[in-house]
Amino acid sequence: MNIDIEEISKDFNSTFALHPVSLSIPSGTLVALLGPSGSGKTTLLRILGGLEFPTAGRVLFDASDATGLSVQVRRAGFVFQSYALFRHMTVFDNIAYGLRARPRKSRPQSGEITRRVTKLLELIKLPDIGARYPNQLSGGQRQRVALARALAIEPRMLLLDEPFGALDAKVRKELRQGLRDIHDTTGLTTVFVTHDQEEAMQLADLVVVMSMGRIEQVGKPDDIRARPKTPFVREFISA
Amino acid sequence: MISLPSPTGRAAQASRRPFRSATTEPLVIKWTLIGLCFSVLTVLLFAPLIAIFDEALRRGWAFALASLSEPDAQSAIRLTLLVAAITVPLNAIFGIAAAWAITKFDWRGKAWVITLIDLPFSISPVVAGLLFVLMFGSNTALGVWLVANGFPIVFAVPGILLATLFITFPFVARELIPVMLEQGRAEEEAALTLGASGWRTFVTVTLPNIRWALLYGVLLCNARAMGEFGAVAVVSGKIRGQTTTMPLMIEMFYNEYLSVAAFTMAGVLALLAFVTLTLKSVLEWRYADQLAATHRH
Repeated sequence: MNIDIEEISKDFNSTFALHPVSLSIPSGTLVALLGPSGSGKTTLLRILGGLEFPTAGRVLFDASDATGLSVQVRRAGFVFQSYALFRHMTVFDNIAYGLRARPRKSRPQSGEITRRVTKLLELIKLPDIGARYPNQLSGGQRQRVALARALAIEPRMLLLDEPFGALDAKVRKELRQGLRDIHDTTGLTTVFVTHDQEEAMQLADLVVVMSMGRIEQVGKPDDIRARPKTPFVREFISA
Repeated sequence: MISLPSPTGRAAQASRRPFRSATTEPLVIKWTLIGLCFSVLTVLLFAPLIAIFDEALRRGWAFALASLSEPDAQSAIRLTLLVAAITVPLNAIFGIAAAWAITKFDWRGKAWVITLIDLPFSISPVVAGLLFVLMFGSNTALGVWLVANGFPIVFAVPGILLATLFITFPFVARELIPVMLEQGRAEEEAALTLGASGWRTFVTVTLPNIRWALLYGVLLCNARAMGEFGAVAVVSGKIRGQTTTMPLMIEMFYNEYLSVAAFTMAGVLALLAFVTLTLKSVLEWRYADQLAATHRH
């Protein structure tokens, strides 16, 4: 799905979280929103997911206006920073949540739900953890379950907020590859937020460098590395 | 103490020194503290409790039970149970709604409302009762109108309900707000992104996450609803057999030198408290695994 952001701005009680920003994301791209904390990258991601609404501007999904669309009908697979797994549910129930929440007409039969959850557990390479609770999992496992839960709703796009933030270096490397693989097999337009320039450069097709609520530069990792447009970008990617 | 075998004499001597971690206190202090705590508990908790039952059963079980079967006593027990049965569910709903609004949304005047929730705790119950008398009493136009239309509030059951609702309002909200603040909004947001409606999110995500805090809040609310004296005393008018709750009945019996009846009634009230505490312990024991599993990860 193509995502077009047109002059989106957001202010919280008269302080700007986002100055008007525009960005065009071609279908199937893996995009990194890169910037230090307070740069507005998470706000932009939450606006895409429908968790936050812009003060001005439009969001287009496949050229149709999605600005006012509620979070439920957007069908954005969202992976939260701390994963936000439902702590009182098993892994299986976590992943099945989105399917069971569908209106009765489009809700799959319970056998079909089981089949799909099993398939997703295989996709994230954790086939045997369905009966466990989130607090019995390691950080890396939780992240993958959160990913599977987001994928279960057959999302139109995948949005990830600092997906590797809370993990140690080794697991982080593994999961980066895992996300790349899942992106390549599903072909979903994927946007993830990170403050780690190395992660953004390695993983993304398109990197969006942000600072102080503005987009500093958009480009392929190599372009950004070779030709940083502003002093901020140069400094940030060499850090 | 674990003693490690050590080859050299000096090292052996060192290892024989009693092991003490930074948080361990010397034995004297430990036992002084335990003793102090225990004696306070004895004076303040155990002794009065024993005294209640001792006094109640001084003339035997039959006599005590007979005092309970008196119509006025029966009516007081019924009224207290009725008041608890109505106010506790209502305040559970109000408390959840207040905690939900305060912790999951940002709005102007929130701090003000949080302060307001504490009002029933900071205000004297007698003043709270008086407040309802001043609002709905026969000296106001509203009070006169209510009485004329056959719905008196003051010196009637509705007044008792209002006063009890007011007094017990903070319990559930107070218990829920810190828990819900700590849990944040992420799980609710996750449910919404997965397509769940607001109501479904509340029932399947919020409610299960707060159920223990909710239970504690409800138990405390219940204990107070059954035991409230001051506010209820002011609005009830203490009409025997009609607007007299158990705590008021206890006072009446006591003032009439019917000490066995007074203490038996007090014993029943204490037993009701025991039932709620036991219920809580049983639930905790029964769901110990879930409690552990749902603890923050």
